[in-house]
Amino acid sequence: MKDSIIQLNGLTKNYGSRKAVDDLTLDVYKGEIFGLLGPNGAGKTTTILMMLGLTDPTSGTAFVCGYNATSSPIKVKKKVGYMPDSVGFYDNMTALENLVYIGRLNGLPENELKTRSAEVLEIVGLTADSDKKTAAFSRGMKQRLGLADVLIKNPDVIILDEPTLGIDPTGVREFLALIRQLSRQQGLTVLLSSHHLHHVQQVCDRVGIFVNGKLLAQGNVGALSSQVFDTDSYVTTIRIAQPIQRPWLLEPTLQAWEAINQITINKNELEFTCNHDVTASLVRFLVEKGYDVIGVNQKNYGLDDIYQKYFESNSTENTSYEK
Amino acid sequence: MISIKNILNPTALKIQAMKSKSVATGPFGVIVHKEITDHIRSWRFAILIALIVLTFIAAMYVSLTNIKSAIGNAKDPDHLFLYLKLLTTTDNSIPPFHVFLSFLAPLLGISLGFDAINSEQNSGTLARLMAQPIYRDNLLLAKFVSALVMVSSLFLALALLMIGSGLILTGVRMEPQELLRILGFIVITIAYVAFWLSLSIMLSILFKQAATSALTAIGIWLFFTIFYQIIINLVIKSFLPDPAYLTPAEIISYNDLILNLQRIAPNQLYSDTVTTLLMPSIRSLGPVTMEQMAGAIPAPLPFKESVMLVWPQVSGLMASTVGCFALAYYFFMRREIRS
Repeated sequence: MKDSIIQLNGLTKNYGSRKAVDDLTLDVYKGEIFGLLGPNGAGKTTTILMMLGLTDPTSGTAFVCGYNATSSPIKVKKKVGYMPDSVGFYDNMTALENLVYIGRLNGLPENELKTRSAEVLEIVGLTADSDKKTAAFSRGMKQRLGLADVLIKNPDVIILDEPTLGIDPTGVREFLALIRQLSRQQGLTVLLSSHHLHHVQQVCDRVGIFVNGKLLAQGNVGALSSQVFDTDSYVTTIRIAQPIQRPWLLEPTLQAWEAINQITINKNELEFTCNHDVTASLVRFLVEKGYDVIGVNQKNYGLDDIYQKYFESNSTENTSYEK
Repeated sequence: MISIKNILNPTALKIQAMKSKSVATGPFGVIVHKEITDHIRSWRFAILIALIVLTFIAAMYVSLTNIKSAIGNAKDPDHLFLYLKLLTTTDNSIPPFHVFLSFLAPLLGISLGFDAINSEQNSGTLARLMAQPIYRDNLLLAKFVSALVMVSSLFLALALLMIGSGLILTGVRMEPQELLRILGFIVITIAYVAFWLSLSIMLSILFKQAATSALTAIGIWLFFTIFYQIIINLVIKSFLPDPAYLTPAEIISYNDLILNLQRIAPNQLYSDTVTTLLMPSIRSLGPVTMEQMAGAIPAPLPFKESVMLVWPQVSGLMASTVGCFALAYYFFMRREIRS
């Protein structure tokens, strides 16, 4: 069993009658990158704030690094680096001064401060800009300085709230690569929240899907897709040159295949929903029967579809409430 | 403080050095250090210093030109306190320094505190700061203390400058009592600034926008300096019977009521206190009957008696400062920090 470094147990937060986080139970293991995925207003930030003791849960507990975040937030904050979603710096200070200030607040000894700050600035690639005032920093640079700011205290866990928000695509790629590299090299546990599926997909070991305060599913992307789409998770679409007349003579033969659950015919397109991957045999079969196969498309469920599926079920739930 | 005993005892000295080091590097010290740096570098504080120094110079100039007649006025029991006269004498062209301060000190306190918390919140630094292993009250206290350190050094410097230049210009020896009174005046002024500072810090927690909290603080200040007295007069007039039909005892009780209502205003407390401290001949802040006056020789009170006279005002001022700070603390401690 892996050791969990963040343990949330029945965590609930109410704002008046609205439940921002509803009975959340989650374990994040040491050394992994966990992605908290959900739309805006799903309660991701609230969850993170509760993990840091910045807001009190209505009920439930949050243990981070073995400390209760609500009753001993200082101990948690010593071990955890947190980058808020719109990270800000003191504009009248340089990047280095901002870092040194945070370092001092964390009780770093005065003689190590300079070298440590230079080190983390090097890691995030801001060495050249260390003497610039942060007022002149672009969004991407601020985000990287935010990461440096998190790293300066030598944390065990880093929590990043929407780290990719508002950075250009190249910046995002670099930033995520940096996070991954850091996590692997230094054994850091990373929890990042995002509503960008692709970003999360690129970097996270495990993902939790979080909608309306509830964690709907968690696991790696593959496990999630099988969780969501159960047995019918392999869909193969085959396009044929000539339109298929109905009733299709071959249909009963194919129906008899054990793997195939469903066949949908749409002019010259055949969609097979199978419980395991039989694409190759399907193509061979059709070619042997004299069909001209012009396209084969195997549908892979990515986070997009998983997400979409959850949203669908969620929105239908909402409408049923309204009725 | 390093005493002789410590010099003789090296381990004690070492322990003390370690202690002072840990204090200097503790989060509270770090924040105070940073806040003071910010204040010194800010235009805002430069402008405020300029304003106060200009007022001080103008008041000193007027009092210096009139000091001769003030000292020569034998009817005034305080005429021998040269340095107190320097602070209070005026030819009515401009108010004396302490009256000026009753207007400027609130401005000083408000402008140093009105954006203490909300500007950090708006720029996103508060969330980052709160994610560090520091107690929340450290931040609040550091904001308060750093502004107060600035104000204290400013006023102390001004007072010492005044005393020093007075010594050089006139060559008159200073009474110990005068020094105590002037220091008392400075302490009360700092406490008065502290009240407005803690009020504005509290407002900076309550309101998200710095402009709103500044306006609210200025509104409260204007209310107390201008409207409060008018309102009291209106209210009292509405139910006060014709004084001609009242017994002296009733008149005094009404008078006390009015005075006590006025003393809710912090500026009233401040001006009562500093006037008593700077004018040793003031014996009472309320009405005095003829019987009480009978046999009294118009002479300055000793320092201790003056302090006794204004002690209720001083404690009132301190209490409201502490009250505002406690409220700020209450609002801030359990609030959710979101950027």
